[in-house]
Amino acid sequence: LGHGGGGVLSAELIEQVILPAFGGAPAGGLRDSALVDVPAALADGGRLAFSTDSYVVAPLFFPGGSIGDLAVHGTINDLAMSGALPLMLSCGLILEEGLEIDTLARVARDMGRAAHAAGVPIGTGDTKVVGQGHADGLYVNTAGIGVVPAGVEIGPARARPGDVVIVSGPIGEHGVAILSQREGLEFGTTLRTDSASLHRMVAGLLSAGIDVRVLRDPTRGGLAASLTEIAADSRVGVVLDEAAVPVPDAVAAACGFLGLDPLHVANEGKLVAVVAPDDADPALAVMGADPAGRGAAVVGSITDAHPGLLVGRTRLGARRVIDRPLGEQLPRIC
Amino acid sequence: MPDERATFLVRGVVQGVGFRPFVHRLAHELGLAGSVRNTSVQVVVDAQGPPGALRELGRRLRDDAPALAAVIDVEAVPAVVDPALRGFAILGSDDEAGARTLAPPDSATCPDCLRELFDPADRRHRHAFITCTGCGPRLTIIRDLPYDRPRTTLAHLPMCARCAGEYDDPLDRRFHAQPISCHDCGPRLWWAVVRGGRPARVRASDDECLRRAVRSLRAGGIVAVKGVGGFHLACSALDGHAVRALRARKGREAKPLAVMVRDLDTARALTHVSDAEAAQLTRPARPIVLLRRRDDAAWPVAAEVAPGTGELGVMLAYAPVHHLLFADGAPPVLVMTSANLSGEPICYRDEDALTHLAGVADALLGHDRPIAVPCDDSVVRVVDGAVMPLRRSRGFAPLPVALGVGPAGATTPVVLAVGGELKATACLLVGDRALLSQHLGDMQSLAGQDALAFAARHLARLADARPEAWACDLHPDYHSTRWAQRRHGDLPVVRVQHHHAHAAALLAEHGRLGDDALVLTFDGTGYGSDGGVWGGEALLLGADVGRFARVGHLRAVALPGGDAAVAEPWRVALAHLAQAGVAWTRDLAPVRAAGSRALLLRQVLGSGVGAARSTSMGRLFDAVASLLDVCQDQRYEAQAAIELEQAALAAARGRPARACPVTLPVTATGVALMGAAVTGVAEDHADRDPVVIDPAPALAAIVAALRRGAPAEVIAWAFHSWVADCAVTWAEAIRARTGTATVGLSGGVFSNALLVAATRDALAARGFEVLTHAVVPAGDGGLALGQAVVAAARLAP
Ligand SMILES: [Fe+3]
Ligand SMILES: [Mg+2]
Ligand SMILES: [Zn+2]
Ligand SMILES: [Zn+2]
Repeated sequence: LGHGGGGVLSAELIEQVILPAFGGAPAGGLRDSALVDVPAALADGGRLAFSTDSYVVAPLFFPGGSIGDLAVHGTINDLAMSGALPLMLSCGLILEEGLEIDTLARVARDMGRAAHAAGVPIGTGDTKVVGQGHADGLYVNTAGIGVVPAGVEIGPARARPGDVVIVSGPIGEHGVAILSQREGLEFGTTLRTDSASLHRMVAGLLSAGIDVRVLRDPTRGGLAASLTEIAADSRVGVVLDEAAVPVPDAVAAACGFLGLDPLHVANEGKLVAVVAPDDADPALAVMGADPAGRGAAVVGSITDAHPGLLVGRTRLGARRVIDRPLGEQLPRIC
Repeated sequence: MPDERATFLVRGVVQGVGFRPFVHRLAHELGLAGSVRNTSVQVVVDAQGPPGALRELGRRLRDDAPALAAVIDVEAVPAVVDPALRGFAILGSDDEAGARTLAPPDSATCPDCLRELFDPADRRHRHAFITCTGCGPRLTIIRDLPYDRPRTTLAHLPMCARCAGEYDDPLDRRFHAQPISCHDCGPRLWWAVVRGGRPARVRASDDECLRRAVRSLRAGGIVAVKGVGGFHLACSALDGHAVRALRARKGREAKPLAVMVRDLDTARALTHVSDAEAAQLTRPARPIVLLRRRDDAAWPVAAEVAPGTGELGVMLAYAPVHHLLFADGAPPVLVMTSANLSGEPICYRDEDALTHLAGVADALLGHDRPIAVPCDDSVVRVVDGAVMPLRRSRGFAPLPVALGVGPAGATTPVVLAVGGELKATACLLVGDRALLSQHLGDMQSLAGQDALAFAARHLARLADARPEAWACDLHPDYHSTRWAQRRHGDLPVVRVQHHHAHAAALLAEHGRLGDDALVLTFDGTGYGSDGGVWGGEALLLGADVGRFARVGHLRAVALPGGDAAVAEPWRVALAHLAQAGVAWTRDLAPVRAAGSRALLLRQVLGSGVGAARSTSMGRLFDAVASLLDVCQDQRYEAQAAIELEQAALAAARGRPARACPVTLPVTATGVALMGAAVTGVAEDHADRDPVVIDPAPALAAIVAALRRGAPAEVIAWAFHSWVADCAVTWAEAIRARTGTATVGLSGGVFSNALLVAATRDALAARGFEVLTHAVVPAGDGGLALGQAVVAAARLAP
């Protein structure tokens, strides 16, 4: 990729590389903005959900995925966590001069494929080229809109004592996969990212009539960050049964070596659900039916003891307070 | 000479310890007339008689005070002579405004009570709660001050008429002994058996409870025994099977367990006990004392009790129930370890014991005198005749540390310091007194945080003072830091660098705050003022206690895996070898221990991920322990350092200190630079041309010595000498720059007796004044004290 900022080049890029990857130009040609039909659910008291996120991950490609599908899944999942059914995504690309066209093509292909599989079109977008050294190869921004059906109230402050905490599958794979790829660490087994879109699983929970109180995708900061946020926002205590948290052996081994707590490691295709006490089993059944929900497990509960705190119950029965580290995990043992 | 009259105002721990009867006896002996009374803030002695006798009284009020008293201050005020004054009276108590008298710590059963306990003719024969003004529980039963029975955990048990008579008789040994009781009116023992994981209380007399406990212990059972500050888990220390079971059930693999024996003779039959150690064993606080085991011990203590060390932590029976168990035939050496889950505070409530200990103990021996304040046993060791506290808890807390600066109640704000992350204590600084809490456990645990909250409230109640500021560590992720940030409300929180706090604690306990001193803080790890990971520092403190200059440190090395590397010393050893340019060859123990993980470790070192660089001296001990193959797998805190010390001691025994065939080079840079002292430091901290010691040449020399076939013990000894030499290097360099000739030794690494002795000797030989810890632990148990005084200094107007 040579010339920066040029209009002609950008147009060529879009026409020859990006649009085909995204599944061709929209019906009616390229416009300045995408048009979206108003879904019936909106007229019926539903609400629009609108979310955006930028992706600056390095490396761009890693076992099981790339920045491309990450950008699609991430925004779809952010919409899904408020109970929304995603309608459309946008895509903004910031490209560094000197980037291989092939690399761009691969990323665009991954985005198109992920959007197609999720059934959510990328309806609008933008591309900018910046000078060398001004971006780490390529950055992606996606935004998305979706519809939250009437009556669906999912929010971080809605957890209540007695509720049950469910995680949709094994944790830590994404973060460890990226880290080991980036730093050239060979842990013996190759971990793959769990990147996946979760809106269908969420739709499944809602259509099964499950009283979903809170949904979070435990991305940056991991499961611990999601649960401490729930504890703070809902002013409740969260008890985590540490033995019940599904941690793949390879993740446990890698984290053990690096001195990381798997609870703080990022995930991409996982969600944490807080559901009403009686809804745990049906929720597990719905999650288990989705390919992204294999290995779903009840991992904890909500309590009125220790409001605002996440407390892990260790295998030996001791209870430890789990705070979110402020930065790099620095040694604490004196 | 005509009579004179004076009022003596006595402050400190002077109530609930038999102080007024003591004054009464003293007055009679000296032929003085007058009275003694308690107020809420002091004991007031009014005395009239010959001037010589009055002077003698003033002296003896301080010097001859009862064993449990801690007199901080005696002030004499002249008064008008009353020729009609006759006799000496003990008067009642009244209220007075001011700083309260201090709560006494718990004390072991005294000889008088022991005699009665085993005297069939005494009405308290075999009464498991026998106590007098000279002994018994104090802090652990006090809910509030002033210390009176209704504010203790015996409030629910009214005294019988005979006990009340003793309580009211000024000349009785039990005059105003708040916890007194007898068979008729006192608490009762209870017994519960665990069957199928569920405890079931069994109706039984006190004697029957004791009989069952003894039977269970003799049969190899594990019995949870409620004592003074909480429950112990007890089993026969002679029964390897029982000890293994205890370890397995408690999830405590390797950390040495303390034992309890009935008396000093039994301790001497197991271990070598010097006079200074005997004094520690028998003092009212009855701490656990680390003692060297005898080869010809009278009883074979099972190897499982204290593997990997030639020492044994021994304490003497200190509660009546312990004495009764031994008298009734319990095994002569009992493992007595705090009943808790790893890292959590000691279990002390009956309901908690019944639920949490059912999976660990076969039975429980409890009693119905509630414990208000949980308190673990204290731990000390004796180095060259001087006591060195390792854990300051039962029998010491909440005795104040007198800072020896400023007038009482001076303008310094009341500061609550919350301590560190592990082995934490809290500290409340009020004027020139620092009240240090009992051991609170690890702050990661919810129960530890609850214990911190409770201790903070309790200290404030005991001192009748409200904190005006809080102090905590600089580490953003310490659970105590987070706790302080969540809870401080409107009060300012001062964050104090970890090693600054260690250094200030040392100076505080010596009453030397504000003096110029170089403090060597050798530690595990602590968060540095520059965001780095410190632990082998030379800090210069001066007139402004709130600031310090970092004038020396070890050269930093990667700590691959951070805290995870602590469990596996070979990782740190490999990092050091890499930095020293020593190839990882299979003849080196850490390379063998790493096996196939060496490749991954090299990648981690290359990437730097999870491998923050640290100047830690503690981790250097780990690295050397790994190189010498003394320890590759650390299963409790400081195991590698402890085993390295043991190895060095094996070489040192019977050998003149400096006649070591291996010497390790001290390689320092920056010695010639001329940095300024603390004066002129504008910020809280500044690096001042630090003298940096690089351990790499010493490690290379160790490898060379190993390859020459030098024994590990000899190299371990040489390494201890090297650390002492480093101390000298730093001290000499800083003395040359600043003239400072006072050197303090603090930080957890100085829990190592051999190192303390070697370093002190080396420094003293060059004319340095050396300060070591004698009141608070060198490790993080003393941290809160330093945090408090640093915060006060920063906040002072
Ligand atoms: Fe420390
Ligand atoms: Mg997101
Ligand atoms: Zn007594
Ligand atoms: Zn009685």
